[in-house]
Amino acid sequence: MHLPISDKIELNILHQNSHQAEKNKVKFNNYNLLCLNIMSSPGAGKTRLLEITLEDLSTEFQSAVLEGDMTTNLDAARLEKLNIPVVPITTGRACHLDANMVSGGLKLLEKKINPHILDILLVENVGNLVCPAEFEIGEHFKVALLSITEGEDKPLKYPIMFREADLILITKVDLLPHLNFDINELKSNISSTNPKADVIEISSITKSGFDLWQKWISKKILKFKK
Amino acid sequence: MTKCLILSMEEWAEKKNKEKIIVEKINLKIGEFTCVEPISLINTFNAAVLGSWLDSSEITIETIPFEGKCSKCNRSYFPKKENGYKSPCCNFNLEEIISGRELKIASIDFKEK
Repeated sequence: MHLPISDKIELNILHQNSHQAEKNKVKFNNYNLLCLNIMSSPGAGKTRLLEITLEDLSTEFQSAVLEGDMTTNLDAARLEKLNIPVVPITTGRACHLDANMVSGGLKLLEKKINPHILDILLVENVGNLVCPAEFEIGEHFKVALLSITEGEDKPLKYPIMFREADLILITKVDLLPHLNFDINELKSNISSTNPKADVIEISSITKSGFDLWQKWISKKILKFKK
Repeated sequence: MTKCLILSMEEWAEKKNKEKIIVEKINLKIGEFTCVEPISLINTFNAAVLGSWLDSSEITIETIPFEGKCSKCNRSYFPKKENGYKSPCCNFNLEEIISGRELKIASIDFKEK
């Protein structure tokens, strides 16, 4: 038996995922396809947001969805009704999408449609405020949803998610009159965790804020395609 | 995360000929501002590698403190959740993170058989 050797490698544990995420991004760029990673806790309203958004975008842009779900295709089935290409990705026991899963989803999407004709790919991540924040998938922007029923303190309790997000959508704001909820405290907690994030208040019931959200997306697509 | 760690170890071992080595320690650097709970990583790793070539290896974790820099006065500080991660010196929002996002295999101690 030889003496112990110490191999100082200083290697990122997530480097394989990061490497695949970079490959995904190169593919998205080659397709001239903007990719958004949509994340939130379960029940914050991601799928409903996508239903409305995809309909709104359809007059101007071609969209597709990769739909992450742990065990079912229920959300994918809802979005397929909009007649846009949807690829379900069932993660099994995994609580987040990783870059390999998205790469697989993209291959399936390529079989359904030529991605060159698409403008935007919306990736709905698994409902979870922890792991999805650490796993890049090759996205250009991260969008985090936070519904007001979750409480003002969530940006402080799950800081990585809200720190990593480029845009934070505060959802279900139509419920504000019915709840003892301080939206200014929530915004202050968002600012202190991530002062650079854009923030939009939104309601899928009244559709308030959807004009701003759509403008945000349009601006990003047009800038990306220049 | 455990899966990523094991895959990284597999990748490293491919270059070493893993039949001929015994990994004694995997020394990690984990930042405080990550989604990793060190004890959970150790427990899940130990469970996942049972009976594998990494069965006898031990994980050590050096915790890297979460440190930010005040964008007003440039002083470094340790952001606290209770204070909304703001700088205690100027009460400024957390803009720059100096450390705490590390998720690294720092080194691997191994023996040749």
